[in-house]
Amino acid sequence: MVADENAIQAHASAPEKVPFWLDPKKRAIVYQIGVLCMFGLLAYYLISNTLNNLEKQAIATGFGFLNKESSFEIGETLIPYSAANTYGRALVVGALNTLKVAFIGIVITLILGAILGVARLSGNWLVSKIAAIYIEVMQDIPVLLQLFFWYAIFYETLPSPRQALNPFYGLFLCNRGIIFAAPESHPAHKFMLLAFILACIGVYFFRRWAKKRQDATGKALPVFRMSISAIIGLPLIAWLVYGAPTTMDVPTLTGFNFKGGITLSPEFIALLLGLVLYTAAFVAEVVRAGIQSVSKGQREAAMSIALRPTQVLNLVILPQALRVIIPPLTSQMLNLTKNSSLAVAIGFPDFVSVANTTINQTGQSIEGVALIMAVYLIFSLSTSAFMNWYNKKVKLVER
Amino acid sequence: MEAYVQETLAEELKPPVTSKGVIGWAKSNLFDGWFNSLLTLVTLYFLWKVIPPLVRWAFIDSLWNTTGAVCRDADGACWSIITTNLRFILFGFYPHDQHWRPLIAIVLLCGLLFYSRNRNHWNTYLVYAWIIGLVVMGVLMRGGILGLPGVETSQWGGLPLTLLLSIFGLTAAYPLGVLLALGRQSEMRAIKMLCVVYIELIRGVPLISLLFMGSIIFPLFLPEGVTIGQILRAQVAIILFTAAYIAEVVRGGLQAMPRGQYEAADSIGLSYFLTMRLIILPQALKIVIPPTVSILISAFKDTSLVVIIALWDLLKTTQSTLSNPEWMGFSREAYIFVAILYFLGCFSMANYSRKLEKELSTEEH
Repeated sequence: MVADENAIQAHASAPEKVPFWLDPKKRAIVYQIGVLCMFGLLAYYLISNTLNNLEKQAIATGFGFLNKESSFEIGETLIPYSAANTYGRALVVGALNTLKVAFIGIVITLILGAILGVARLSGNWLVSKIAAIYIEVMQDIPVLLQLFFWYAIFYETLPSPRQALNPFYGLFLCNRGIIFAAPESHPAHKFMLLAFILACIGVYFFRRWAKKRQDATGKALPVFRMSISAIIGLPLIAWLVYGAPTTMDVPTLTGFNFKGGITLSPEFIALLLGLVLYTAAFVAEVVRAGIQSVSKGQREAAMSIALRPTQVLNLVILPQALRVIIPPLTSQMLNLTKNSSLAVAIGFPDFVSVANTTINQTGQSIEGVALIMAVYLIFSLSTSAFMNWYNKKVKLVER
Repeated sequence: MEAYVQETLAEELKPPVTSKGVIGWAKSNLFDGWFNSLLTLVTLYFLWKVIPPLVRWAFIDSLWNTTGAVCRDADGACWSIITTNLRFILFGFYPHDQHWRPLIAIVLLCGLLFYSRNRNHWNTYLVYAWIIGLVVMGVLMRGGILGLPGVETSQWGGLPLTLLLSIFGLTAAYPLGVLLALGRQSEMRAIKMLCVVYIELIRGVPLISLLFMGSIIFPLFLPEGVTIGQILRAQVAIILFTAAYIAEVVRGGLQAMPRGQYEAADSIGLSYFLTMRLIILPQALKIVIPPTVSILISAFKDTSLVVIIALWDLLKTTQSTLSNPEWMGFSREAYIFVAILYFLGCFSMANYSRKLEKELSTEEH
């Protein structure tokens, strides 16, 4: 008996050594080293192959080509650019065009998507059904096909500039795009822009102050009305102070094309139309789900304490719905930005399109594709950084 | 004491005429207040302006079997572009006298898909049926044995190519995505890092950049003398892309598993592999079936992007038809036809997903 007890004690005090292949921690290290080695070997194999191939084809690696003369024209540019500029500048022009489409597209998509989402929930049977059909159909057709469709419509149904449609004064529709009148440039515009920016900054601080005041005293100011009047009023005052210039730059037909005014190219319009109509369907679903996520009791409770309908919406429904809406909404915005890369298929000079031309001209395929990926990664990562910040900010603080 | 209790039912009063039947329905759904009434009237006016001309264009004035020249003088839709070029749009450059082969392959695929709809049929035999079915489809398409003349993959095009890219894209991406999701949830830091970087990298870039990579850079990765067909390279790009999205969906399912499931598996001494195989994955993958189907729908729509790297998919064959001088200018009809094909595919998948969601959610209560 005693010997047995001794044996047990010995067992307890000095546990049998676990062999390393049964120890989860050590095993994990072995696994990880194994995976990393395999990954390293694969990378080495691919890179050495690539270097070999590049040497054989006599392609120089590196980003030196960015400083070379591009010698291709770009149809639409936000900054001055000509074929004599460098590839680097051409790519910047492309990136700006991508941002332009994404920004305008996102603004219109949000408005259209919100309207459709609310229409889907409307008590009006007809409106709700039409919204439902729109959402279902648009979601189920590839966005690229929609781009081709709008582009073809533009080219096939609209007349040439000479027979351009002129629905009202100053607006022309033809297969070269939409041309419309714009105010002639005047020094007042600069000050109007300045006034607008000042108004926005002012409104931001005013809202913060008004919220603090309301938290402290319980008295609410008509914040929304005051903000709107400031944002519209200040530029208007600037416009009046500088003599209220009203001259318009009206497009006129000279030869085979229009001169003056602002021209939106068919490529741009087709891209915008396709992206907006496609993404708005998804945004509508997001908005609908968000509004439905707020329980009925919330609305009833808000109404029972005699809030006005706008207050019910602004103070009770929207803050809760937005918490559900914003994350998927951001990913839809990001989708729109990524889908804008399909511009290459209809010839709008976005970043991918310019990079593709650059690759074809220089043969620097690896650098070109890496640049495309890097630019979109920057968009995505900055958006997800914003998302994390926002999620932290609106997270429910529970007891 | 006498109790005054009514012993017969009171006569039922009928609801007023205005609150039942068609009138009642219209009153509460269409003319409920002045705003809704106005909305209804405006919508009706809009529909009246749009629908009749559309019907007139698409059906009454349309031409179904003529030449392009005749179409140009007509007011209606020219569906002749579809009827005349149907075989090219659907099958691309596949040898003309062999078109029955892709046709049978597609019918076989649809049959398998239809049979798999019912969840009672989900068992081991179905897996075998799919494997056999895919092999038969491959043999039919490729040929070269059993007396079938061989057809190079470069001649594949149209609808079979679109279906091939999406079916194989998903079947290969699914296991890869599950592995990536498990890696991302893993406690081994190096593996977790690799998976996170891969998933976020892929999800941050557009599919078109991966397709470019497949078509331009991938050949550089291979040792000299080894070449891979254009279709396979696009297929690899689609697989790599879809896998990252599936990984995120599966991760959602893994995170929804209660901690107790892992602990229960540990307590009966199951290894990591068995825990996943027997306890976690069957439950996690089941709850993410609906979002997985929406990934499938996206993948199906995204295959249309291969047109940009000049593969002859459904969209490319349509465009090629449109560049034929005889049929130039009938894009609307042609694109509407392709849109209907895509819509039918996506809509049936979305519908199925909704049905499945309903079944799965009622099962638990």
